[in-house]
Amino acid sequence: MAEVTLTGLTKTFGANVALNDVTMTIPDGSFVVLLGPTGAGKTTTLRMVSGLDSPDGGRVTIGGRDMAGLAPAQRNVAMVFQQYSLYPHLTVRQNLEFPLKSPILRTPKAEIDRKVGQVAEVLQISHKLDNKATALSGGEMQRVSIGRALVRDPSVYLMDEPLSSLDAKLRADLRVELKSIQADSGATLLYVTHDQIEAMTMATHVGVLDKGKLVQFGPPREIYEAPVSIYAASRLGQPRINVLPADVFGGAPAGASSIGLRPEQIVQGEGEESRVQRVERLGDQTRLHLAFKSHDIVTVTDAHTPLKSGDIVRIRPDKPFYFDASGARLA
Amino acid sequence: MSFSVTEPTNRIKWVAGILVVGYALVTIAPLLWIVATGFKSGPDSIAYPPKVLFEPTLEGYVNLFTDRTRATQDMLDAAGAPRNWYEQIARDQGTVITGASRYGERFLNSVIIGFGSTALCMILGTAAAYAFSRFRVPLKDDLLFFILSTRMMPPIAVAIPIFLMFRNLGLNDTHLGMILLYTAVNLSLSVWLLKGFIDEIPVEYEEAALIDGYTRFQAFYKVVLPQAATGIASTAIFCLIFAWNEYAFAVLLTSGTAQTAPPFIPTIIGTSGKDWPAVAAGATIFLVPVMVFTILLRKHLLRGITFGAVRK
Repeated sequence: MAEVTLTGLTKTFGANVALNDVTMTIPDGSFVVLLGPTGAGKTTTLRMVSGLDSPDGGRVTIGGRDMAGLAPAQRNVAMVFQQYSLYPHLTVRQNLEFPLKSPILRTPKAEIDRKVGQVAEVLQISHKLDNKATALSGGEMQRVSIGRALVRDPSVYLMDEPLSSLDAKLRADLRVELKSIQADSGATLLYVTHDQIEAMTMATHVGVLDKGKLVQFGPPREIYEAPVSIYAASRLGQPRINVLPADVFGGAPAGASSIGLRPEQIVQGEGEESRVQRVERLGDQTRLHLAFKSHDIVTVTDAHTPLKSGDIVRIRPDKPFYFDASGARLA
Repeated sequence: MSFSVTEPTNRIKWVAGILVVGYALVTIAPLLWIVATGFKSGPDSIAYPPKVLFEPTLEGYVNLFTDRTRATQDMLDAAGAPRNWYEQIARDQGTVITGASRYGERFLNSVIIGFGSTALCMILGTAAAYAFSRFRVPLKDDLLFFILSTRMMPPIAVAIPIFLMFRNLGLNDTHLGMILLYTAVNLSLSVWLLKGFIDEIPVEYEEAALIDGYTRFQAFYKVVLPQAATGIASTAIFCLIFAWNEYAFAVLLTSGTAQTAPPFIPTIIGTSGKDWPAVAAGATIFLVPVMVFTILLRKHLLRGITFGAVRK
C-alpha cells in the first residue's frame, strides 16, 4: 500500500475542462471518496491515477514514485469499473485469476489457487467459480469484479461507483464488507460515488469536486459540518440543505447573501410561522415540506408527528451557515 | 396494431413447415442435380426425359482427374489388362488413361488462394478495424469512406489496369498475385464488418486488462480477439466465398501455375466431347470446402449476422 499524491492535475477534452488544477494527498491506508455530480471529474481523476488517461498538466505519484509515462500495468493499481467489468468469455475463476496470471505478476499456480479461493470465500462466490461470467446475476458480477481487484496486492485500489448498479440490500451488505476489508488490510482506496451514505460510512476522507476543481477535502464529518460553499454543503445531507435568501430570518451577518439550513439547524416550535404543505412518512423519520415566506423548506421531524398539511409550524434557525454571493461560506 | 405473442397453432406450424421445406427443395434442387450428375454415366447425363433414378458410376470423377485418349487396339495391346478400378472405368468407355488431369492442381490453387487471401484479409482487417474503432486516427471518417468506396465500383471495372500492373510486376499467374488481389477486394468489406463488431465490444474490457497488468497488445489478444471471434468467423466466411467463387479475374490473370478451379472447370467440357458428369464432379468437389468451412463456423455465423440486433 502506498500514499498517492496528485499535484496540479489538469485535463481537458476538447473545450471541456475535466480537471482543473487538482491537488490532493491520499494518505497511505486511507479510504478517500470523491463526490460530485456527473461531469465533476471524479472518473477522470481515477483514470489519471490508473494511467488509462494521461494528464495535460500536473503530476501523479504513488508511493513517492512519479507515474508520468508509466502504463497502467506498471503502476500496480487495481480498478473496479462501474459496469462491463467481467471478461465475458472467461469463467468466474479465470476472471479472478486473470490479473494474477499477468506477465507482470506471473503468480505460481498454488498461490493463485489460494488467493482466488480466499477472495471467493470473502465475497461468497465460491460456489460460482466455474460458472461462465455471463451466467451470473448483476450482484454476483459486481462481487467478482471487486474480487478481481482484491486478489491482487496493489498500491492503491480505484473504484468507480462499484455499487451503483446493485439493489439496495446488496449495496448495504457490500458497503459493510468493503469497509471491513479495507480496514483490515490497511489498503489505500480511492472511491467514486454519488451515494452520500457510502461516502459518510466508508470514507476516512472526502474530496468534493466541482467542474474539475477540488473544492473541499477532509473527513466526511468536516465536509458535513463545515462545508466551504453551498455546493459542498449540498453534496451531503438527506434531505438536502435548504438554501434561502440570507435576510428571511433577519440577523444575517454583513456580506451574507444566502442562509443554509440543514434539518438539524431548524428548531421547530419557536420563531416564525410556516405552513406545512406535505408530510412524507418514511418510517424511521418524517419529512416536512414547509412553505415559509414564499420559500420551500424541507426538514425532518418526529416519525410519529401529528402534523398534517395545512398546519402551522413555528421555525427558527439554529447556528445556520451563511454564504456570500459567490456561494462561499462566511466563517 | 397488436402482435400476438402466443404459441402459433399447429396448423400454422404445418403450413410454415411445408413452405420452408418446399422452398428449401426448390433452392437445393439444382445443387442435388449437379451432385447426381457427377455420378451419372455420359449417356445418362444427357438422357431425355432426364433420369432421376440411374445406375451410379464414378466415370465422371475418373474423367475429371485423368487425361485419356481414345484407345486403339495397338494401345490396348501395349497397355495390357487394366491394373486398377479407375483404369477399368476408362477402358469401359473405350479410352486409356494417359496421365493425371490438371484438376487436382487447380483445386489446390483454389485452396491456397482462397484460404490464403481470407487469412491475410482477416489479419489486416482485424488490425485496421481495431485501430479505427479504438484510436484517434486523423481523417478517420474520410478514410473509412474511402475504404468503403473501393467497394462501390465493380472490381472488374479496373480489370485492365490491374492486368497491366500485374504484368509489369510479374504477378500474372502467380499465387501471390491472386492472394493480394482478392485480399484487396475483400479488405473493404472486412474492415467495415469487423469495425462494427469491435465497436460493440466495450472498451472497458481492454482497460480492465491494461490495469490487470497486460500490455495493449496482450489485452487485444486475450480480451478483444476472443470476443470478436464471432465477427471474425462470419467475416471470414464472406471473404472466403468471394475469393473461392471469383471467376472473372481468375480467367483474366491466371492461365497455368496459379489457375483456380472456377476457370478450369468449364475447360473440361472441351477436352473430350461434352463430358457433363466430369464437369458436375468438378463442381461437386469444388463445393465441399466452403460448405465444410461454413458448417464448422455456422454457430458463429448465425450469431454474427444477428450481432448488434440484440443487446447481450
